[in-house]
Amino acid sequence: MKKLSYLTRTFNTGKQRLGAPASRRRVCTLSDLGTRRRDAGAPRITLAVLFCVALLGVSAFSQENTISIDKERGPGRERPILVSMTGFTGEAAQVLQFDLYVQGFAFTNAEAAQYLISGSNNGNLQGRATDRINNQRTLVAKAYSGASVRRQAHAFVDDFVQALSRKPIAQTKIAFKGQNGSNGEIFISDFDGFNAQQVTKDNSIVAAPSMVPGHLAMYYTSYKLNHADIFYQNLSTGARRIFARYGGSNMSPAVSPDGGKVAMILSKDGWTDLYVCNADGTDLLRLTKSPQDESSPCWSPDSQWICYASKDKERRSLSKIHVSGGQPQRIPTNLVGNPTEPDWSPDGKWIAFTSQSRDFAICVVPAVGGDATVLAAGEDPSWAPNSRTLVFARRHGGQYVLSLLDAPTKQVKDVSRTSGSSSQSQPSWAR
Amino acid sequence: MKLTDFTKLLVLGLVLTVAVSGCRKKPGQITPLPGSRAGNVPDSGNAPPLTDNSGIKTDTTGGFPLPNPEDHSKYTKDAEIFKADTVHFDFDSSVVKAGEKSKVGAVADYLKANSMDAVEIDGHCDERGTEEYNRSLGERRALALREQLISLGIEPNKIDTVSFGKDRPADPGHDESAWKQNRRGEFILETPPVR
Repeated sequence: MKKLSYLTRTFNTGKQRLGAPASRRRVCTLSDLGTRRRDAGAPRITLAVLFCVALLGVSAFSQENTISIDKERGPGRERPILVSMTGFTGEAAQVLQFDLYVQGFAFTNAEAAQYLISGSNNGNLQGRATDRINNQRTLVAKAYSGASVRRQAHAFVDDFVQALSRKPIAQTKIAFKGQNGSNGEIFISDFDGFNAQQVTKDNSIVAAPSMVPGHLAMYYTSYKLNHADIFYQNLSTGARRIFARYGGSNMSPAVSPDGGKVAMILSKDGWTDLYVCNADGTDLLRLTKSPQDESSPCWSPDSQWICYASKDKERRSLSKIHVSGGQPQRIPTNLVGNPTEPDWSPDGKWIAFTSQSRDFAICVVPAVGGDATVLAAGEDPSWAPNSRTLVFARRHGGQYVLSLLDAPTKQVKDVSRTSGSSSQSQPSWAR
Repeated sequence: MKLTDFTKLLVLGLVLTVAVSGCRKKPGQITPLPGSRAGNVPDSGNAPPLTDNSGIKTDTTGGFPLPNPEDHSKYTKDAEIFKADTVHFDFDSSVVKAGEKSKVGAVADYLKANSMDAVEIDGHCDERGTEEYNRSLGERRALALREQLISLGIEPNKIDTVSFGKDRPADPGHDESAWKQNRRGEFILETPPVR
């Protein structure tokens, strides 16, 4: 991005000064350089220079003819896709607007929209979506029955985004911690906050729910037994068991995408370190051995790497380590400080995290590390299955509210607060 | 299993490196050493390849293992007796400040005089940190106090720790005077049931 704006700037000054197209000016500059080098007696360089000139010429040309910055893809860099919507009313219209907004769509009139969405919700919901730009091609034309009108609207949005080759998220769940006073309980709800259900009745501190991918089950921390212990709970049967109750604190469980392993922070051996074990609690392995704090593990989509917040020479950073051990590797998060609470996108490309300077911000960085992009004010991001929408906690007074963020467009909307708790935080998307 | 072998290899490598280089420099990377002893290092086979340390320090000494939570679960807890000995910490730090060490000494003296008793150390943080980061930091604070007690002669299996992160502030305020009170480690006396 920086590089692009630099090139554009050069191009502008060149035009003013020389009155020639950018590509020609570039060729001149580089030819001069080539001439000097040739004089120095290195004929091979000529070819290389010619190649570079050709390359630069092409890139300068494409610069001239495309709006490259706007079309660049990635978190914080995309424009919303414009849709128009007609025919829906009341709750159905609200659901459709919410679902589309948090997946990077924005609303306009039929003349400006790329996609036209129309239908009705008298009784059952009927919906049609067409691509106005591409020959009015019909993407979805369906009628929905059963369940609630909310569910029918969610299903229509899922069909629409699937027609655009995206992963649907409108019928997924999130888990979170709901707090009233000093104690909290674990809740689960629809991704938009509706239909919240209380999972625990511990009347104690609870923390860090982690949904088992593809199952109605989760791991979380509860202080029910006067200790920070990790529990496993099957949400279909309600049965739960103690998963980790070692000496010291048992914290931050994170279940691997294949469901086979759980990473967590334990202090049983005298330091707060990162451990991993099988999903049934066997084969506990200590992955780090550092007197510094480790926190908030998360997994790569292939279940081979664990990313976590660590400290290096008193500076907070993100690191990753192989599930079978080895040396930790730093994941640089340039441009922002104090990264914690990483979450690896399901497509493997990005790591979202919280950075803390004066305030907290949701950021993303390429999974290999690099320049981080600040997306919104907030904490503790968790990716949706579509690898573009994030759920996170936003401070509001002394409390937290959950919000959804479409990473490419930075569009943000709070979820509904139906849990009956005064503060909601630590969201985990059921993927 | 893999890690155990790998760790053994690491430890042996470190020991050998230090022995040969005479502690001149910290080893940045484990390198095979010449000589017959190096040949005795068992090949760990499937262990992942050694990569660049990237400046991350690990220490192979470990830490003092914590007692089983059930060991003291029937003990009576007293949160008042050591109230005045609550230790306060600097922002984002788990270093026990010199001025606070006499409080740890007082707790150690009591435990020595009452040798049947045990202690739970509760670590807490101010609200200026993310939730799970603070939970780790609170635990680290409790562990730092535990290490002080151990250095003063208290047995490791008598000292348990719990981190409360920022969930139990001593002062519910949102300013420095509140935060100062909230960055703390509390000692809870545990007395065995009377037989």
